[in-house]
Amino acid sequence: MPHPVLASPDLIRFEGDTPHLVGSRCNECGEVYFPATDSCTRCTATRMSPHDLGHRGTLWSWTIQGFLPKAPYNSGETAETFQPYGVGYVELDSGIKVESRLTVADEAKLQIGMPLELTLIPYRRTDDGEVHTFAFRPAASA
Amino acid sequence: MTQDVAIIGIGLHPFGRHDTLTGRAQGAIALRAALKDAGIGWDRIGIAYGGSHDAGNADALCNDLGLTGLPFVNVANGCATGGSALASAVSAIRSGAAEFAVAVGFDKHPRGAFNPHPRDWGLPDWYGETGLMLTTQFFALKTRRYMHEHGITEDALVRVAQRAFRNGALNPQAWRRREMSYAEIAESMPVNLPLRQYMFCNPAEGGAAVVLCPAEVAKRYHAKPIIVKAAVVRTRHHGSFEVFSPALAAQQAPAPTVTASRAAFEQAGVAPRDIDVLQLQDTDSGSEVIHMAENGFCEHGEQERLLRDGETEIGGRLPINTDGGCLANGEPIGASGLRQVIEICTQLRQEAGARQVPGTPRLGYTHVYGAPGVSGVTILQR
Ligand SMILES: [Zn+2]
Repeated sequence: MPHPVLASPDLIRFEGDTPHLVGSRCNECGEVYFPATDSCTRCTATRMSPHDLGHRGTLWSWTIQGFLPKAPYNSGETAETFQPYGVGYVELDSGIKVESRLTVADEAKLQIGMPLELTLIPYRRTDDGEVHTFAFRPAASA
Repeated sequence: MTQDVAIIGIGLHPFGRHDTLTGRAQGAIALRAALKDAGIGWDRIGIAYGGSHDAGNADALCNDLGLTGLPFVNVANGCATGGSALASAVSAIRSGAAEFAVAVGFDKHPRGAFNPHPRDWGLPDWYGETGLMLTTQFFALKTRRYMHEHGITEDALVRVAQRAFRNGALNPQAWRRREMSYAEIAESMPVNLPLRQYMFCNPAEGGAAVVLCPAEVAKRYHAKPIIVKAAVVRTRHHGSFEVFSPALAAQQAPAPTVTASRAAFEQAGVAPRDIDVLQLQDTDSGSEVIHMAENGFCEHGEQERLLRDGETEIGGRLPINTDGGCLANGEPIGASGLRQVIEICTQLRQEAGARQVPGTPRLGYTHVYGAPGVSGVTILQR
């Protein structure tokens, strides 16, 4: 199956069909970054290596975006068609918390600490088809 | 010992919506009012620091006030613009660069939430395009986590907003002057849960200015000079939880508010318990709750009780945002920090009318926090 078109291809690598987030890791102190950076704000080093951040995490904080963001948000929605979406920080194995869209936008179904896994969601439609971005969804099996 | 600096003039153009006035015009009105309060002319000002986020270069004010040739430094430090301008003006006087200095700010924002552009903040385009770069989201995410870690409930968020509008109703210069019921706030539209419509301040318009001089000569110009005991600005450290962060480090570090506050208390030689009246950045209810503890005024988690017991009311032990804060005044970014300073000066001069804190307040405190992680604190003394 071809991989979906992404708004930000550099952020994702595939293991088979499973998307993983890609960041960077400081060669000097080991601090992990997302998205990848070319310098370390912790120790000021400038030698960094690509780093696979995995595809599983737990919900660290969350909100629900209740209004249509202004540009540069470019989903193509209007105030009438806008659907609120979840946003959270997801804590990954290394301890880094990545800000991400959530597939769930129902306050009754979001809880700090719940296990999540990475997925790709269509957030925008163009003449060439759907554009996807990364998101976390409740984990199929914890 | 460095020389003390005093505020001898304050001027405000009320915040709100003023369709017929440019942002700069509102800045000029505030600046003229501050000069009048100090009883000196613009031609005696030796240096000026000023800022505006959306309403043009602050030094264009010289076209209104007079082209006297003075050095005028444009300040662009987000929500901390006013605090940064004030800290710079204080330093200029301490160094002897000028006898009279001005700090001024004004703004005029379009309606609705701010819409920052990722590249201006060193961030990739996708961060804005996919709907993650909103200040309101940050406030909600930080508040949600804080509530989880410290046992704060929505009750505290409602009470902060309720007190802000209650105080705003007492302030003839406030934008929002209508008290709101608990239910009206608690049931208002979800914007970014846990934060709702009436728990957020709105971008607005307005101007604010202060005139400063060495404390030793201040009484010649104003009967009630206010001494700037500390004016501190700090930026974020690696690991602090900041607005516009695509990720947060594994190891958390204290917010710039914490470092700015500690430095200010050290400079002033006083402690949080000595403060009689204070202004805390309240872009939203959650931020004010967090800032109460980050500035050292209570323990983390203690806020809910303080709010419920009325301790933060005008008559309480810890009166916060006596003029209604950002929630009731709105936020013109360039002017907002100086509005706080002006309110504290007004309280310390005991000229705050219906919203005056009781007794004879001696020490006041102001705090701003803004993107991308900068905080400004002042400690003021009668
Ligand atoms: Zn490093």
